[in-house]
Amino acid sequence: MTTTIAPEMPGAEPAGGTVQPGGSAWRMILAVFVRNRLAVVGVGIVILVVAFSFLGPVFYHTDQVHTRLALINLPPSHAHPLGTDDVGYDVLGRLMLSGQSSIVVGLSAALLATVVGTLWGAVAGYVGGAVDAVMMRVVDSVLAIPPLILILLLASVFTVSTPVLILVVAIVAWLAPARLVRGEAISLRTREYVQVARGMGGRHGWIVLRHITPNAIVTIVVQATFEVANAILLLAALSYLGLGPAPPATNWGSMLSNGLNYIYEGKWWLIYPAGIAIVLTVVAFNFIGDALRAALEVRLQER
Amino acid sequence: MTAYLVRRCVQAVAVVFGVSIIVFIILHALPGGPARGLLGPEASAFQVHQFIVQNGYNQPLPVQYGRFIGQLAQGNLGYSYHYNQTVASLLSQDLPKSAVLVGLAYLVALIVAIPLGIMQAVRRNSLADYVTTGASFVAYSMPTFWLGILLILGFAIDWRLLPPEAPQGATVAAVLSHPQAMVLPVATLALVSVAAFSRFMRSSAIETLVQDYIRTARAMGVPERIILFRHLLRNSLIPIVTLIGLSLPATISGAVITESVFNYPGMGLLFYSAATSHDFPVLLGSTVVIATATVLGSLLADVLYAVVDPRVRLA
Repeated sequence: MTTTIAPEMPGAEPAGGTVQPGGSAWRMILAVFVRNRLAVVGVGIVILVVAFSFLGPVFYHTDQVHTRLALINLPPSHAHPLGTDDVGYDVLGRLMLSGQSSIVVGLSAALLATVVGTLWGAVAGYVGGAVDAVMMRVVDSVLAIPPLILILLLASVFTVSTPVLILVVAIVAWLAPARLVRGEAISLRTREYVQVARGMGGRHGWIVLRHITPNAIVTIVVQATFEVANAILLLAALSYLGLGPAPPATNWGSMLSNGLNYIYEGKWWLIYPAGIAIVLTVVAFNFIGDALRAALEVRLQER
Repeated sequence: MTAYLVRRCVQAVAVVFGVSIIVFIILHALPGGPARGLLGPEASAFQVHQFIVQNGYNQPLPVQYGRFIGQLAQGNLGYSYHYNQTVASLLSQDLPKSAVLVGLAYLVALIVAIPLGIMQAVRRNSLADYVTTGASFVAYSMPTFWLGILLILGFAIDWRLLPPEAPQGATVAAVLSHPQAMVLPVATLALVSVAAFSRFMRSSAIETLVQDYIRTARAMGVPERIILFRHLLRNSLIPIVTLIGLSLPATISGAVITESVFNYPGMGLLFYSAATSHDFPVLLGSTVVIATATVLGSLLADVLYAVVDPRVRLA
């Protein structure tokens, strides 16, 4: 679940020399992918999962609208490679449809959380003093509520639709970026170029947006990658608990939640495919994040 | 040290207050308020009105919050409409059972993760390191509920070795009297932590391995076994203290899921059913209690860190 203590992969240390210092953040990120096998594997899996979910339905036509009671819980066959579920939907087609919403919610929530967290942390770190203390106590307070407890609270209050879901997951996920960016902002605000910008009469809002945030971008991108993985896991947990979006909306967690009713009847095709899809996607984003972080640490050492 | 402790305690109190305010705002944001949530859409406008007036939900939010804090100061966490019991009595029944589950899971996780991390560090970049690291990456990326389901499928349904449901009972003693039924819930919760702990242990041990005192000990011809146990293990264990404190929120999240997978009668299950039945006093009361526990956990971890490692200077 959402821990800040993500594991590190030994192979994540960039192979074949270090990343060139002095290059732009984006060139550094590109260099990571050229040199790091795990990152490449991660990106490969993400591309595959995205293609499967969004392009798959173009080639593999299934009816995911009408329930068919004559075709419920069929084992895998030629017509249905992964069988059918408890209302007669083709599981392979369902997996694609669920993938779309899992990815959209995961990416949007991570993006929203990163933008809000970055601005919150940058302002707190840049302004400092009492404003910083109050803003960070807010972060500490939300952080003291375990992620799942917080998301259950929110889901019990709001009627969950896709946009609400993105918001709810983002409310849980914006804290880590806020803390990280605040740390960066505190060190960045004393740098000469920020001092100069301020001396030249640069407005505070301008300095935060043009000088503080861009220079923390590597930290932000690394954290955002982990946030996507976390968001997909949170969404799955919430849907498993039955507090996800209502049908016809679906995601991998909802599929598993349904399949669970048949756990004693040996209907493995309702339990394995969706779970494997979640693990693959989450592992892929964790690989990418880990490789980026390893590269970031190399750059920090060379500073 | 004393100044640091006082400052941290003040911060902790501020955070707990912050939590209560945040939860209060979230719960009262429900359209129609707690009444509609609890009585359902079929309740008549009169019933809703009566409920609102009876429970003081028509008063301004700050007044309601003040009353809540006043009651809290007297040890009154509220009254559950759903269970017709005080929140305090519900929590005193279920909290110890969750504490047992979480405690056992931590114990198992540490017993597995510490030797694993040390092994990975000593033989780093070997095949064993890659395989175990890959496995912990997968475990770390696995939804807790799916892991639980897989364990049930394997151990309870296919091989019929263990019961698929957690022990039932009102007291800790009743729960512990079925150790077999505890195996799968504890294993589920522990496995996810093993992944995170062993990675942390690995990097901590790698950092210790390059220290001068290890090199000196080796140069003096101290047997490798003694180096491992006396120098490496003891020194790389220090950061684990912090990790336990920091991982408490994630572990509690895992416990909520584990309890609902195995129908374990703990606080997570209580919270989950309160969330689905809109039992506001239970949600409010238990969140404040859980948040207090996580704040205390990280406070304790910080203080213990300074106690076990005299090099740490608290400022």
